[in-house]
Amino acid sequence: MSAISYRSGKEPHPKEHRVVFKNVDREGWDTSIATYESEGGYEQLKKAFGMEPSAITDEVKKAGLRGRGGAGFPAGVKWGFLPPNNEKPVYLICNADESEPGTFKDRYIIHQDPHQLIEGMAISCFATGAHLAYIYIREEFPEGAEILEKAIAEAHEKGYLGKDIQGSGFDLEIYVHRGAGAYICGEETGLIESLEGKRPYPRIKPPYFPAAMGLYLCPTIVNNVETLCHVKHILEVGGEKWSETGTPNNTGTRILCVSGDVQKPGYFEVEVGKVTMGELINDMCGGLKEGRELKAVIPGGSSAKVLRADEVFSVGKGDDARELTIWDIPMDFDTLAACGSMAGSGGVIVIDDSRSISWVLNNINNFYAHESCGQCTPCREGSLWMKKITDRVVAGKASPSDIDTLDGVARNIDGRTICAFGEAASWPTESFVEKFRDELVADTDPELEDDFLNAEAITAAANLG
Amino acid sequence: MSFKVPTELEKEIDERVTHYPVSKRSAVLPVLHALQHHFGFIEEEAIEWTAAKLDLEPIKVLEVVTFYPGFRQSAPGKYHIRVCRTLSCAMAGSYELMEEICEKADIDRSGVTHHDPIAVSKDGKFSIEFAECLASCGTGPVCLVGDDFHEEVKNVEGLLKQYK
Repeated sequence: MSAISYRSGKEPHPKEHRVVFKNVDREGWDTSIATYESEGGYEQLKKAFGMEPSAITDEVKKAGLRGRGGAGFPAGVKWGFLPPNNEKPVYLICNADESEPGTFKDRYIIHQDPHQLIEGMAISCFATGAHLAYIYIREEFPEGAEILEKAIAEAHEKGYLGKDIQGSGFDLEIYVHRGAGAYICGEETGLIESLEGKRPYPRIKPPYFPAAMGLYLCPTIVNNVETLCHVKHILEVGGEKWSETGTPNNTGTRILCVSGDVQKPGYFEVEVGKVTMGELINDMCGGLKEGRELKAVIPGGSSAKVLRADEVFSVGKGDDARELTIWDIPMDFDTLAACGSMAGSGGVIVIDDSRSISWVLNNINNFYAHESCGQCTPCREGSLWMKKITDRVVAGKASPSDIDTLDGVARNIDGRTICAFGEAASWPTESFVEKFRDELVADTDPELEDDFLNAEAITAAANLG
Repeated sequence: MSFKVPTELEKEIDERVTHYPVSKRSAVLPVLHALQHHFGFIEEEAIEWTAAKLDLEPIKVLEVVTFYPGFRQSAPGKYHIRVCRTLSCAMAGSYELMEEICEKADIDRSGVTHHDPIAVSKDGKFSIEFAECLASCGTGPVCLVGDDFHEEVKNVEGLLKQYK
């Protein structure tokens, strides 16, 4: 193929650095293996077979690739947790359950460049010694599942999967496994339970770290779609060279997804930490809507703690200590953590001054109440209580002290559950109450203050069931 | 009417089961998906059939069916619509979209509950429910009609007209 051009209106922004998304919205690109091979497809897999598996893991470690699914844990380190002298089978699972609200990047990789994912997975399987791998894809991507199955069949036919791949002696089967609409399946141990045909109740760590005791209690690697795609590119240029993109400890590129109150929502692959929140919103997304002002940003999927537009963040230590406004924040893992939130899954939700904070928080609480798996009492009960309280706030049927109750419920979930869903469900409430207490209280009714014993009646009266 | 899985479908299911050489139980979700795709929902006989196929107690299948929002235990309409309810789509108007579809397709949602989230139109042509985040937050409001994905849905009449 000649120089790359993109479909009209879908051109990457000049501040983007496309690697994993190179072929997304590309003119003349399709999902066939012929197209993929015409651009050097599966060459890195062939190269991998000439290397020691441990050397591939070393390259991924050198690259400093941090997981793109939400936690930002270094992928090479995760692979390194596989037990030495292991005699059990090793499994690899691609987490394609993409369901963190605000996140919509894996969708485009799966739908437009499936072979990139399969090649990344095959290399990762060779590196970790896995001969059986699954792509756990959310049920709401029916077309994506079909595209992946077709791509796997093509790869089989061409000898990139199956027995003795390319004469290497390495065998690998990859299967697509569809979820069934449960957010908790994005949590890696919940995903594993689901793949075993059960309710996706997350497992407690320790001892159930997947690398030691995962699928069928065997060593298992679970990585996000975008993470696995990067493995191919790391092999192509070498870990060290790959790590020159991005910023120290926040290497490479990542895909940011912007939604909410901006002129042009969309996806942008950028060098991690090289683009600020201001550049992202104002330059890449065309700014806020006409006549609107920024109220808040949720920077890394709806679980991430909210940032208020007028906050000043103190980050860095010693000589590096500095103060940042929300516009100055470089979009990387470490700075967003230093600002008290997280880069998470890269889903940035922008909220302007036309929005009611109570309504926004209530929408988020509805999500977590619906998606709690119900295994741990604080989360099962608490997520529903938080929803019921914000239901009342939105309906004008809450008392001012309900906001304290709301905060108390959240703080009693956080840290008291088997998996990180407890934090995911309580951080929005904790941060909204901390940063927007006045606005939440303004939506309550002081005259209801002594009516607390009658909460059920208020709920019924407001038709909130 | 007795529950009968067509030979072709059973062949497809048997092939799916081979994807799980370590444990047949892993095939619960794919078997249920295949049955739901064919029958529209998971009835009691489908649970028993799945259990027998995979050598499981029926409760092991029932607990899966009742957990996952993707499985339905009652008949949907000819076309099942899932409207994304979550934040970015809600900001883009998904609640309004839900209302408009219900109005134009003659669907009454007043009886829906957490455990019975689906409402069917009077003529049985459409059914609808809210879904949580469909992972297309940049193009809201979005919905799925059967397996078809629709983005930036503004024209409800045009959307419904595509389904005869």
